[in-house]
Parts: sequence; C-alpha cells; structure tokens
Amino acid sequence: MLQTAQRTVKSKRKKGAPPHQRFLEAYRWMLLTRTLEEKLVSLYRGGLITGGVYIGKGQEAVSVACGSFLQKGDIFAPLIRDQAGRSAFGEPLLDVTRTYLGSRLGPMRGRDGNIHRGHPRKNELAMISHLGAMISVTVGALLAKRFKGEKNFVGLACIGEGGMQTGSFHEGMNIAAVEQVPLVVVATNNHYAYSTPNDREFACHDLVDRAIGYGFEGYSLDGTDLGACLDVIGGAVKRARAGRPPQLVVASVLRLSGHGEHDDASYVTEEIKQQPFARDCLKVAEQTIVDLNLIDAETLTKWRKDAVAQVEEAIAAAQKEPAPEGDKEDWCALSTRDLIDHADEDG
Amino acid sequence: MSITYLEAIREAQAKLLRDDERVFIYGQDVGGTFGGAFKATKGLAKEFPGRVLNTPISEDAIVGTAIGAAMQGMRPIVEMQFADFSSIALNQILNHAGTHYWRTGVPVPITVRLPSGGTKGSGPFHSQSMESIYAHYPGLIVMTPATVEDAYTMLIEAVAIDDPVIYCEHKYLYYHLKAHKLPDKSLPTGRARIAREGRDLTIVSYSAMMQESLASADELAREGLEVEVVDLRTVKPLDTDTVLASVARTGRLLCVGESFPWGGATAEVIARVTSQGFHLLDASPQRLNAKDTPIPYHPSLWTAHRPNAKNIVAKARQLLRE
Repeated sequence: MLQTAQRTVKSKRKKGAPPHQRFLEAYRWMLLTRTLEEKLVSLYRGGLITGGVYIGKGQEAVSVACGSFLQKGDIFAPLIRDQAGRSAFGEPLLDVTRTYLGSRLGPMRGRDGNIHRGHPRKNELAMISHLGAMISVTVGALLAKRFKGEKNFVGLACIGEGGMQTGSFHEGMNIAAVEQVPLVVVATNNHYAYSTPNDREFACHDLVDRAIGYGFEGYSLDGTDLGACLDVIGGAVKRARAGRPPQLVVASVLRLSGHGEHDDASYVTEEIKQQPFARDCLKVAEQTIVDLNLIDAETLTKWRKDAVAQVEEAIAAAQKEPAPEGDKEDWCALSTRDLIDHADEDG
Repeated sequence: MSITYLEAIREAQAKLLRDDERVFIYGQDVGGTFGGAFKATKGLAKEFPGRVLNTPISEDAIVGTAIGAAMQGMRPIVEMQFADFSSIALNQILNHAGTHYWRTGVPVPITVRLPSGGTKGSGPFHSQSMESIYAHYPGLIVMTPATVEDAYTMLIEAVAIDDPVIYCEHKYLYYHLKAHKLPDKSLPTGRARIAREGRDLTIVSYSAMMQESLASADELAREGLEVEVVDLRTVKPLDTDTVLASVARTGRLLCVGESFPWGGATAEVIARVTSQGFHLLDASPQRLNAKDTPIPYHPSLWTAHRPNAKNIVAKARQLLRE
C-alpha cells in the first residue's frame, strides 16, 4: 500500500531562521510580480489592454515557491494567478507584456491573451481556461519522460480550490496516482471561486484530506508565509523527485483582488478580511526581512526601483511592437498544411 | 488468407508499435490479456510490454495524458471504448488538442480511436457517430475509413501526422468487412476515392454508410441505373474537388451519413456543392442521415433509424425521377 497523507499542519521551520538566500530571491520575484501586475492593472484601467487582467495579489508567496524548486527538464503547469511562479521558472517579462499588449512577436502572437500564454517547448505549459485540465496533461508529459528514460524530473501543476471541484481535476489526480508519476499539485485556496465562497464550493472538512483518497501525500500550508511556502513546497518537490507518491499541497490565502480587474470583489466580506490568511504575503515577507535585518533599507529601495525599471522597460518594448493583422494571418489551425480543409471556394 | 476490418486495425497498431518507439496505446481495458472491448489490441500488451496501458474510466484524463505525452514527443494512440464516451473527453480534444498548435505553435500528435456507429441492440449510448461534432471544431483531422485497406493504412497515417487525428472506426464493419491482404500504399490522406463509377447519380458517403451505398448501387444497377459512389475517407479535410468532379459527371447528388441530421458532414457536402457547383446540378441535392432521435435499442427500430441500402435505393430513385 502507498503511504499517504503524511500531513504536517505547520512548517517545521524554526521562526527566525529562513534560508536567507532563497528567501530573498523569492521575495524579489514577488516584488517584481506585484510591480508588474499593478502596472498591468493601470494599463487595463486606462484602456490599453483588451480582454482581461488576472492578477495573483495575495498569492505570490505560494506561486513563487512553485517556480523556485523546478530545474531544467521539469514540467510547470501554472494557472491564472501564477505570475510569480512563472517568473521564477524563467519566463521573461517581455512574454507577459507582449501577450497582454497583443504584440505579434509574443509567444501567443495575438492568438491567445493574458494568462493563457506558455512555452510548451520549454516545459511551461500553456493553460486552457477549463479548470483541472492541466493536471492530466502534466501527468502525460511526465509519463513521456519516463518512456524516454529521463531521470530526476518532476512536474508541478497549480490549481485553486475552485478548480479542485471539477471532474477533470478528479480524473487527473487519480490517473497521476495510478501512473505514480513524480507530480506535485499545489492548490491555493483563496476562498473564492470568482464570487462564490468556500461554503458553496465544497463541504469537506479540509481539502487536504482528499490527498489520502487519491493516493497522494498531503500537506497544508499558510500561504501568506513565504518561508513556510518555500519549506513545504520545496519539500514536496524534493519528495516527488525522490520517488515518493504524488504530492498535494493545499495553501490558504485570500485573493486580494477581484477575479479579474473587471471585478470589484464587493462580495468579499469584512469578516473574512480579518482572518489570518487574509494577510498580504508580500508585506509579511518584507516584515520578516526588516525584522531579521536580512538586507538594509537602501538595498530594499534599490530592489523596488529595479523592479519598476524592468517592468517599464518590458512594457515600453512591447508597446513599440507590431500588432497582428487579420489579412496577414495564415488562419491555419493545423501544422500539416496540406491537410487544411477549405470550406470556401476561394480556399 | 482473409483479414477483417478489426484485424486490420490491430495489425496497424502492431506495426506502429514495432516501427516507432514513440508509440504507445492508452485506454480502458486495452492492456493485460484482455486486449480491448473489441479485441483491437489483443496480444499487443504481451508483445510490447509497458506500451499498451490500461487506464481508469477517465476519458478526460486519458486524452489529457495523451496530450501531455504528445507535447513531449510521444505518439499516443487513445482507444475510446465507444465513440459515445468521447463526449467526456470533448474538452481535452476540442479545447486542448484542437487549439494547441494554433495558440502555441506546438502541434499535438495524438490519435484518438473511436469505435463508432450502430450495431443491433447497442442502444443510445453505445452506437453514436461523432464525426460531425469533431469536424466542426478547428485543429482536428477526422478520418472515417470504409474499407479494410483504409482502416489499416489510415491508422498508420494518423499516427504519422503531427496534428490530432480523430479516427472513426465503424463497429458494424469490424467483422463484416474482409480483404485478402493488407495494402502497402493508399491514396493520400484527405483525398476521396471513387468507390464505384457511374453516370446517373453521385452518392457521397463514408464509413459504414459507404458499404450501404455500394449495396444500393448494386441494386440500382439491376434496373440499368449507374450510380457513382464517392467514399470521402476523411470528412475533414473534405475533398470537395473530387465530389464536384463527380457531380459534374452525374448532375445529381445524394449524401448519406449515419450521424444525426442537424448539420454535419452530409450537410457540409451539400452546402459546398450548392455554393460551388450549383450549375452542375440537374436536381436538388438530397441527403439521408439517421433520425433525429437517440439511437434505439431494438433491432427493428435500429434498422429503421439509420440509413440502409433499402432507403438509399428509394431516395436515389426519387432523385433520379426529378
């Protein structure tokens, strides 16, 4: 039998002793993400971004940890609030600004927008909107690596508590355990599926209890605590890489934004905003840095300025680039050109 | 020697597994000593250990897993136990596999085998023909082989194609159709075939209905009527040129398909011929499909539900009188 649901409710990290280097590196990705996303929001409000803007405010600590322990050859399947994780995994800022601003030179070339971008050839999968779908796709990528005789690889797929209620998620988790692939699923419970609170999403005591039912090992996590995120998610990645059963981490946070920027989130209650999981993980991380004097105030200021400069550069570059044009598009959904169907006489 | 349509499918998979280490088969009950609900993979798990894998009853995850593996360079063949159950995998097929190349530039070379169409007594959930659904969506190739030879060569071709292929194999043909040997070559994918030449009427069909159409052409030949039968082979891409050329010879068109009547492959053929070859037509083009109800269980109802040689003959006579 598989040993399942080894559950640690709290990080074993001793307070006051985060691994400084990784903590600071992760913090910088979080800072860059917050800076980028605030800028994207203002561009959206100014009418310069078409479609939606979906940010990860309040979820950056969990997300950055997801990207921080993956190596070359690993598979990453981020979801909509995973800018921090994408950056830590290696996605260039220019990919983000090109996609949001609709540059023809971006990875999606204007064909898909915002958070649906990805680089499948670089193992950053391009999510579809249908939640839960990426779990089994990640399983398949890992299965392929096993077929090809690769070693020492893992996959990490992100999901929210909303996506955990889909049939696709259930099928994906089950097949992952059946195949015993080295998969980590990081589920961030941000307490709302769009506007629907937890009590209308699920009725189980604790989402992490599902781990044992799937044959996963499950861990709970305070997603506002960067140190804990690095410990728990880093540990899960390490165990998956070492051949343990698939790992489920359930992090608790509050989404500190609307579902998208079109949404004022007026349904978020004052009561829930007072909960410990409603803390802003970026501020908590900064407080840790200050309290432990990990870097001086001058360095922190410099990092903030650097983040602003990088974001402004990436936006300015994408804004100069050409947009896609309908009459120059090849309108071809197949790579096999001679099998294109021509419904119209003029083909 | 004689080989059935079903054996051709098995032989094609054996050849693919033998010739290409990227190929694996993934589906419910395909592995072990069982070899699939219809035995299309019989013996393959033993011959190719670790490459013919049983899965849970999870159509969404089966196709999702195949997509992920294909992105990493594998060539998975998914067997749906019945085409009907691919409805559970529609999201992965249409929204994931079908959009992926367009969105990212990275194609997803999966082959999804759909045991399709009706057999007596199978009822509403084990009899469906899904080709029109899949053909409607971009990014997919939809194959509908009607002969033993095509069942073999088109499955080999499906796996070679870099894009997702929906391979509709007809259960009624599994045991009914036989050939003397397997072919080495075939028409290119996407090209329709003139299955029978004639000058009075063109019947365009595919899959099991192609065989019914040929039977009806035999019947009409006894009355001195020469029917040309076009086998589409793939409903997507649809070989409009071959269809138009045939209609140019005959002036009359009847399309026969087993899927439900609203929209679909037969409607598409008629729409194209009408818009591109209106001047070629001497009579209104007609079509025959299954009835617009779920597929019945009882053999007498089932026989009346789908087109058959008898009502194809009746429709053809009517069209030839116009």
